Amino acid sequence: MQASVSSLSISHPNSTFPSNISLCGLRQEALRIHSVSQLNKRESRRIRIVSRKSCLQKRLVSVSASASENCGPPKSFDYDLVIIGAGVGGHGAALHAVEKGLKTAIVEGDVVGGTCVNRGCVPSKALLAVSGRMRELQNEHHMKALGLQVAAAGYDRQAVADHANNLASKIRNNLTNSMRSLGVDILTGFGTILGPQKVKYGKVGFPNNVITAKDIIIATGSVPFVPRGIEVDGKTVITSDHALKLEVVPDWIAIVGSGYIGLEFSDVYTALGSEVTFIEALDLLMPGFDPEIGKLAQRVLINPRKIDYHTGVFATKITPAKDGKPVIIELTDAKTKEPKDTLEVDAALIATGRAPFTKGLGLENINVETQRGFVPVDERMRVIDANGNLVPHLYCIGDANGKMMLAHAASAQGISVVEQVTGRDHVLNHLSIPAACFTHPEISMVGLTEPQAKEKAEKEGFEISIAKTSFKANTKALAENEGEGLAKLIYRPDSGEILGVHIFGMHAADLIHEASNAIALGTRVQDIKFAVHAHPTLSEVLDELFKSAKINASVTEPVGEPVAV
Amino acid sequence: MASLLQSRTPSLSFSSSLCSTPVIRPSAFLLKPRSGSRIPVVRAKIREIFMPALSSTMTEGKIVSWIKSEGDVLSKGESVVVVESDKADMDVETFYDGILAAIVVNEGETAPVGTAIGILAETEDEISEAKAKATSQSSSAPAPSAPNVEESSPAPKVDAPSPAVAAAPAPTSAPSTPGKVVATPYAKKLAKQHKVDIGKLVGTGPFGRITPEDVEKAAGITPAPKSNVAVPPAPAASAAPAAVPPKAPASFPEIPGSTVVPFTTMQAAVSKNMVESLSVPTFRVGYPIATDALDALYEKVKPKGVTMTALLAKAAAMALAQHPVVNTTCKDGKSFTYNSSINIAVAVAINGGLITPVLQDADKLDLYLLSQKWKELVEKARAKQLQPNEYNSGTFTLSNLGMFGVDRFDAILPPGQGAIMAVGASKPTVIADKDGFFSVKNKMLVNVTADHRIIYGADLAAFLQTFSKIIENPESLTM
Repeated sequence: MQASVSSLSISHPNSTFPSNISLCGLRQEALRIHSVSQLNKRESRRIRIVSRKSCLQKRLVSVSASASENCGPPKSFDYDLVIIGAGVGGHGAALHAVEKGLKTAIVEGDVVGGTCVNRGCVPSKALLAVSGRMRELQNEHHMKALGLQVAAAGYDRQAVADHANNLASKIRNNLTNSMRSLGVDILTGFGTILGPQKVKYGKVGFPNNVITAKDIIIATGSVPFVPRGIEVDGKTVITSDHALKLEVVPDWIAIVGSGYIGLEFSDVYTALGSEVTFIEALDLLMPGFDPEIGKLAQRVLINPRKIDYHTGVFATKITPAKDGKPVIIELTDAKTKEPKDTLEVDAALIATGRAPFTKGLGLENINVETQRGFVPVDERMRVIDANGNLVPHLYCIGDANGKMMLAHAASAQGISVVEQVTGRDHVLNHLSIPAACFTHPEISMVGLTEPQAKEKAEKEGFEISIAKTSFKANTKALAENEGEGLAKLIYRPDSGEILGVHIFGMHAADLIHEASNAIALGTRVQDIKFAVHAHPTLSEVLDELFKSAKINASVTEPVGEPVAV
Repeated sequence: MASLLQSRTPSLSFSSSLCSTPVIRPSAFLLKPRSGSRIPVVRAKIREIFMPALSSTMTEGKIVSWIKSEGDVLSKGESVVVVESDKADMDVETFYDGILAAIVVNEGETAPVGTAIGILAETEDEISEAKAKATSQSSSAPAPSAPNVEESSPAPKVDAPSPAVAAAPAPTSAPSTPGKVVATPYAKKLAKQHKVDIGKLVGTGPFGRITPEDVEKAAGITPAPKSNVAVPPAPAASAAPAAVPPKAPASFPEIPGSTVVPFTTMQAAVSKNMVESLSVPTFRVGYPIATDALDALYEKVKPKGVTMTALLAKAAAMALAQHPVVNTTCKDGKSFTYNSSINIAVAVAINGGLITPVLQDADKLDLYLLSQKWKELVEKARAKQLQPNEYNSGTFTLSNLGMFGVDRFDAILPPGQGAIMAVGASKPTVIADKDGFFSVKNKMLVNVTADHRIIYGADLAAFLQTFSKIIENPESLTM
């Protein structure tokens, strides 16, 4: 949904990585890869050797480390850059590559736009736009407070589904046209890496084409992750792929996983009249969020709605509805591993996160081993092979590397890679990448959560402070009668560095960027508090937030360069 | 305060404890969010600290943390414990000095509003006594529920598959796991809210599950119609539950090809008022009135812009001035509310709706002003610009269907008024006078519906007699 963020929390709830960053399970994966990459720097000399060794032999011959002929790389290439996968990440990379003057091709085996545009962020926003309005129109109290009278609001399921579908095709066309008009070659078929700087692509049953490229970016994205024991039939047991088509609005749906995807769908389904049961493996709902924000969000988004939940349990077996029986979900205690309960519902949505789509990429041809499906990369998105060495001219961005499973993160990583291959070193600061959950009201965040910041502060020996402002004090929010909400700033009182900002409230997803830009540019609290905000706007919530931060009087030392993770 | 009353159900701990002192009403406590607030304790040497009601909807609270531990000396106004309600976390302060002798409800546990969560002793000597009390408390207190509140809702398991459950619903709708009570999330929430034992209900939903409607029925509430699904345009594809028909409060047989058009706001308001009117005991009195004089007057004043509506309204207002009881309202079923002004509401059909613009102080305005006012009101009503006081301030309603040839009809009394007059068409009628002479005169039938709690038959009769005199000798109308 929100890009392809996920909480794979269900699959490994107990891992304890040093800085368990906001985006749940997958970040942990990312960190593991990261530590591998640090190892690589020390061995950078070997990289060169390997690259010489692993140069091409013959077409279609897999490169083995034993290759000994001393052939150089091809003198001329078909393309400067070939991107495998035309999702948002690949698209972002392609556009930037063209801007940098690279001859670029993009290989797509399915439809342009990838998960985000076709089965993720984009259609889900259409559904959420509907649910937001439904919620408003059904809230008699809210309407009355504004002096409005509305007769019973209703909806037409097919028309809602069409809206989502139309939006997806519109955005898909926009994406395709933007690349075509810039001269990016869109090559149709599944891309496979044959060897260094060489890619094969083609549809099943058609002759393959082979192209060479100076640099290759893998941007193949991800697919919904379905834990073992769960049988997806696409009708009553579904993933986000099916849910976004809105073929059914069940009376009662269980949502497995309470991360972004689950939360957003709970917002849609409850607004359309369903009752929802959350199943979460961790002891708390919304495990990826800052605890304080999560608690408040639960009070607003879950408790008053027609939602109940089971926490600390795995859905170990889910059987679709058949033979006149409902969907049956077996719950197992996450700690004792003992069967706990059985649920009977009309439908189950599996929102346990997303798994990388990296099969058939030909990674074995270049001696790269995936880690639970993810392509291992360093902080510059350079692919790391099975021996821990960098594979030259090969990069992997987006969900396929698992660093941060968000559409805009993939795009940012792609741009970072293009910067590098065009001669400018660039490391993306992932802590400056915002994330948002488009519930009503919205949740957004950037940087560290309070527990993460505390941990970091303890380790590195500095202090942190927290500032908070409420939407209740904001004129615009009150005018809209949407005073529910909180913005929270985590910062260093000694330097004024912004460590994290979390917002829960109306239009939080749009408000976060002031904070994420500040983090990306290294702006300090004492500087940004002088920036002016139009009155009366919601942005004044952040204005208040920055102004309420207390910086030690003697701060002159500027904030250090943003650090990558 | 509802939550307090609920918390006083017999199962609660303090009634079984020996504490004889009354519970302080939670509503009396001063509360401020987290920054500091004061709270509960009872007047006794050993006092109980109760779970306060931190909001009007709070039925139970969770102890976030005890700021003080057992044995700590407390002084009045100090924060003792942080309680999480359905809305916020609040600090709870003590009203009394003393020693926190025992904690009855531990951190992370939940207790219903009004139950003891801790024991406060005045002196050290009383600590042991207090502790003893605490033990009796916790044994009788509702078992500390796990952090996951939803799970602890009344026993969702029935040991033996009761034959009633198995027999009542059709085989297909029996729970697929025998003996298990399945209730939807909202049904569980409602059950908790209304203290309905879900284990005792028989579900009528799909697969025998307990639906919110079942709980509402058990709690004696009329289920709110679930009406947010519009007519799905014949979903031919997959017989999936997509085509769930909109759940009407009662299920009428579906007639193929029908369309459902939701009420407009105005229509919804009419519907609501009409249903409400059923709660008023009304009766009707009819009266024939000769209108020859009125018709003659109408012909005379018509060129000056006077309408029949204005004439009738004025006549009714003048009659009401003489019979103030017909202009009263019964608001609470216990008293008469005499209205100081006579405001005649006149029912008007407008664009598929019905509205009652009000001629205020109709007894005081002259016929011409009244006619002019009426014209303005009708224009405003057409433009949907009537202000609320221009359509809801009526004290008596006039409804006239005479222009359609209707000779008599019966009006429904709108809520908030004492009487409504239904005026039929004026028709030539053969009349025998007291001397036995026949003549043909124009006559109309008026029918008044009134609230019999305040307006009795004789009142109406007298009022109608006056009204008829005014109509039959209409010169006074122009004065």
